[in-house]
This record gives sequence, structure tokens and C-alpha cells, in this order.
Amino acid sequence: MADQLAIGSRRGLKPALPLLLPAYLWLTVAIFLPLSAMVFFSFMTDLPLAGKEWSFTLGNYAAFFSQSLYSTLLFASLRLGLEVTLWCVVIGYPAAYVLAKVLKGRSREAIFLLVILPFWSNGLVRIFSWAMVLREGGILDTALNAVLPFKINIDLMYSYPAVIIGLVHSYVPYMVLTCYLTLQAIDNSLIEAGRSLGASRLQVLWRVIIPLSMPGLIAGAALIFVPVVGSFMEPRILGGRTGTFYGTVIEDQFVAVFNWPLGAALSFILLAVVLIILALAAPVLRRAG
Amino acid sequence: MAGVQVANVSRSFGAHKALDNVSIDFADGGFYALLGPSGSGKTTLLRQIAGFDFPDAGRIAIGGESVERVPVEKRRIGMVFQNYALFPNMSVADNVAFGLSVRGEPKATIATEVQRALDLVQLGKLGGRKPHQLSGGQRQRVALARAIVTKPRVLLLDEPLGALDKALRVDMQIELKRIQREIGITTIFVTHDQEEALTMSDRIGILRDGQVVQEGPPEEIYDRPQSEFAATFLGDANIFRGDATGSGIKLPDGTTIKASTGTSVPAGAKASCAVRPERIRISTGAAKPDPANANTLKGQVSKRIFAGNNSTYFVDRDGQTLKVIVQNTGAERLAEGQPVVLSWSPDSTVLIAAA
Ligand SMILES: Nc1ncnc2c1ncn2[C@@H]1O[C@H](COP(=O)(O)OP(=O)(O)OP(=O)(O)O)[C@@H](O)[C@H]1O
Ligand SMILES: [Mg+2]
Repeated sequence: MADQLAIGSRRGLKPALPLLLPAYLWLTVAIFLPLSAMVFFSFMTDLPLAGKEWSFTLGNYAAFFSQSLYSTLLFASLRLGLEVTLWCVVIGYPAAYVLAKVLKGRSREAIFLLVILPFWSNGLVRIFSWAMVLREGGILDTALNAVLPFKINIDLMYSYPAVIIGLVHSYVPYMVLTCYLTLQAIDNSLIEAGRSLGASRLQVLWRVIIPLSMPGLIAGAALIFVPVVGSFMEPRILGGRTGTFYGTVIEDQFVAVFNWPLGAALSFILLAVVLIILALAAPVLRRAG
Repeated sequence: MAGVQVANVSRSFGAHKALDNVSIDFADGGFYALLGPSGSGKTTLLRQIAGFDFPDAGRIAIGGESVERVPVEKRRIGMVFQNYALFPNMSVADNVAFGLSVRGEPKATIATEVQRALDLVQLGKLGGRKPHQLSGGQRQRVALARAIVTKPRVLLLDEPLGALDKALRVDMQIELKRIQREIGITTIFVTHDQEEALTMSDRIGILRDGQVVQEGPPEEIYDRPQSEFAATFLGDANIFRGDATGSGIKLPDGTTIKASTGTSVPAGAKASCAVRPERIRISTGAAKPDPANANTLKGQVSKRIFAGNNSTYFVDRDGQTLKVIVQNTGAERLAEGQPVVLSWSPDSTVLIAAA
């Protein structure tokens, strides 16, 4: 037994290579090649299409620093990411708690399905259904006016709250799932132990459950924050004129202005900023977890 | 400190009665063992006292004060769980400090109290470790320190030694008993292990199917079991069944067995007698019968198991196998297949009314 193990480890990685090769090939083709093409583009003056002249430049990156618009938008997007992440925690964590610790059996399955449902529906369909709910004379407006004795006008469409609502709806399942998994793993006897030591439910939540579910909260936050900062679909459709964010500007470069080099450069700046934020947050979060 | 009174408590899960009209008075400062087979309701009873679960009927009082409406955190109990339930994210010292810190005690008080509790369980130097860096016995002691540092009125332990190996278990039994004596706390201890119950407790309650079968000091339950179940569950017993004669029973083959302890059963009713294996003399029948050992039976040795300081003989007699334990004094050794005479005193024979 011990001999076999020793032989296995002496051979090292070699026997595993045929198994790893397809995965690495796929990674190379699917991620590395397009990404390096984009890095290449980001240093070009123009796209090398239709025989246009081009040369290498740092101008695309310089544009970010010379025009305050881009950094202002990046800041707005980071704020959006933060707000959406916070709302996802506020909504997702209690939902995950109820799923993991309160509900049992059939009712748990049913609620779980409701939480996962947005995952399975098409993103555009989801966003346009929110448009129908939020606009003036839409579902929310009509329903509220049917109930309330006085007339109010609800027109959330094309506003910052509409963008937040749409994004939170799209991303909250990530938070529910990651938190559910960590909460599920917390032994109920820990909760009972805390209570027997004189802690109220709230104290147990604060001192035992939340610290132990920190890994789930962090994973959920990372899964939400990163894509939300670069999001463009929800801001564009639900935000209208107010929905100009860093992500929509990048999208414009690719689909409207056809300035791929600038779009690529802006993307990489975003990537760098996000990585720096995650790196700065890591030690703090690791201590909390 | 305070005693615990459980009066007519019932608790059902669906159609299943986990506790069925249980009444036990746990004396102030006593060490009480709850013993019973798996599923007999031991944990359920402990959870009612702790307040994790609530009875359908009946009354529970701690220190004379009814606790029906008192939530767990206000009951001032200490609980040690079977899996210890230490907070994995906190150090040993923080685990022990938890109860004091949620109460808002000043930091300095917490530090001295925690150190005192850790010293009491002989873990004074390990306060900085995380639970996963401890052995099973050490974890168990941290759980105990954490439960007693808040000076609870009652200490509840649910099979706290279940996960330990035999040698460590015995060490921990002694230590737990020492600590319990030192702080004089009312302790209710759930166990599967009859030996543990006998050696550690002042009183034992035997549960079966949610009912208290018998309750009293260990010697009393061992010497005067009131049911066949109590006789065989706590220790070993030879059971004879027959008809009551007023001073014992008459077996179906006509042999009479005299009993001078146990309940009185009217003559003619069905009854049984229980005799502990170590109370029976075994001999080849050559010696003169001892008038004190008035009960005699003839049989044949079917098997002998040597266990160092004692031997267990299995003796066949009229279709029944009887168990006899004798100290190994180095004298005679009976061979398998040998005809023997068993004799014992009516004082060692407990009369039990048939269920
Ligand atoms: N929450 C519950 N829901 C349904 N049935 C339960 C519940 N808790 C306990 N029971 C049932 O009540 C009975 C008593 O359970 P309990 O846990 O008190 O037994 P126990 O004496 O502690 O057994 P063990 O020695 O195996 O721990 C069992 O039949 C069990 O299945
Ligand atoms: Mg149990």
C-alpha cells in the first residue's frame, strides 16, 4: 500500500498529462487566444481590417487618463457593483438562512426552485419583464393604484433604481446559493450551544452563524461584484439615459463606434482595477472568514 | 444551584410518544444518570429541560421556578453535546469566553474566569488553540469548561464520553466526577453505558419507550430491580419465570425458588425471579449444601469463558442457560460438560411481578 503510493508520487505529473491535455487545449483556444488578440488590439491605432493603416500606440490607455469621463463612469460602475452586492446580501442571506435552517422537505424544494428560476430564464426576457413592471402605467403602478386610496405615479423606468432592481434580480441567486451551501454545513448543535450559553437568537446569528458563513458571503460577493461592474444590458434597457456606465461605454466601442482598440483597453483597465480591489480586500476578508 | 423537577411530561412526534408521562425529581447538587436503550427518549428529555424543545403536557421547574415560558438563554443551564459543538471559528479561550461575553461581562473578569475554568479542566495552556487542533478528550474538556464557566444552575450532558475510547473514557469519568463534586452543580448525564451510570451517579433513571422504568440510587436498582427489563438492562441477571408461591416462585417443572427481596406478588400470579451471576455458587455437588444458600439447581457446564480475574460459566439446565461468574482463586476449574450444582441465597433473589 505504502509502496504503491510512493511509486505513484515518484511518477509525478507525467501519467496525468494525457488527462489534463484536453482541458489545457480548450483553455488555450477558448480563453487565451481571444484574450491575447484583445491585448494586441488594445495597443493598436485601428483595426487591421479592410487594409486600413495601423500602428502600435499607448493612446487607448492614455485616453482613459486624459478624459475624466471614463474614470467618472468607472467610479459609478464600482458604486453600482457595491450597491447591487449589498442588496444581494440583504436579500439573499436571509433567504438562504430560511432555506437552510427553517424550511424542510417539500417547502424547501419549492422555494429553492423559485430562487433558481431567474437562472433558467433568458436574461433579455427577464429585463424586459422588469420594464413592463416598472414603467408608468405598468404592472407596479397599476397594482399600487388599485390598492391605495390616493393617486400616485410610479415611474421607475429609466432610472438608477430600475437598474439596481434588474441587476439584483439577476444576481441574487448567486448569493442565495453560496450562502445556502455554507449555512447548510453549520451544525445545528452550534446554534443550540450558543443559546444554552445565554446568547439570544440575534447574538448567535451575529457571533456564530455569520462568521461561519463568511466564505459563502465572500464567494457570492465576488461572483456578483465583478460582472455587475462591467454590466451593460441592464443599465442600457432599464436605465435609459441614466444608464450610462463603464460597461455600456465599452459595449459602445465594440458594437456602435467600432473602436475595438479603445474598447479593449478600457476592458483591461477594468480588469486591472477589479483585480486590485479583490487583492486589497483579500487579507481583510480572510481575517473575517 | 438548583434542583430540577420534571412532572408528568409528555412529548410526541406525530403518533410516536417520545416521552410518556415522565416524572423525575433531580435533587439539588446531585449527579443523575439517565440510562436507556437507543430511542428511549433520553435526548428528548434533556432537550425539554434545556428548552430546545417544549413538552406537549406536563411541567418542568428549575430551582422551584416553572420554566415553561422561559427561553433557553434565560434558563441558566450548561449543556455539553455529544459532538461537543465547539465553535470552529473561535480559539479555545474564546469558546469558553462566549457565555460570559454575550452577557457583557468586563474583559478582565472574562479573562480570569476563562483561565480558571481552563485550569479546572487542566487545559490552562491550550487557550490559544483552535478546536481542530485538539484531541477528542481535550475537546470534550473544553466543552465542559465552556458549559460551567457561566455558573449555570444545572449541567446537562448528552453522552459526552460516547466518542472517546475506553481508557480515555475512564479518565474523563473520574475528571468529570471530580469537577462536579468541586462545584457541586446539579448534573444530568445521559449515557448508553451501564457501567458509567453505575460508577458515576448518585441516582439513575432507566428509560424505555419514553417511560421511566425505575429510578433510584445505583445500589437499589442493581439489588432490587422492579422489572425484568431493569434487571437485565442494568447489569446481568438470570431470570426464572413461574407462579408466585408467596415466598418465591414455583418453576413449571415443580422446582421452587425462594426469594426474600423484591415486590410481594400474590400467590398464584405469574412472577419472575432475578439472580445476579456473581451471587451464584457453583460446585460439583460433593461438598455439603450450605443452609444459607437455600436455592439449589442441578445443571451441566456448557461453556467457560476465562477473563483474567474471573470466569463466566454457562450452565445448561432444563432448556435454560444460566450465567455464573466466579472469582479465579486458582482452586478448582470446572470442565465443560461437567454436571454441577448451583446454589444461592434467597436474599440474593429478587421477586418481580410479571409485566
Ligand atoms: N425531532 C424529532 N422528530 C421526530 N421524531 C423524533 C424527533 N426527536 C426524537 N424523535 C424520536 O423520539 C424517540 C426518542 O428519541 P431520543 O433522541 O430522545 O432517543 P435517545 O434515547 O436519546 O436515543 P439515543 O440513545 O439513540 O440517542 C425516537 O424514536 C426518535 O426517533
Ligand atoms: Mg440521544
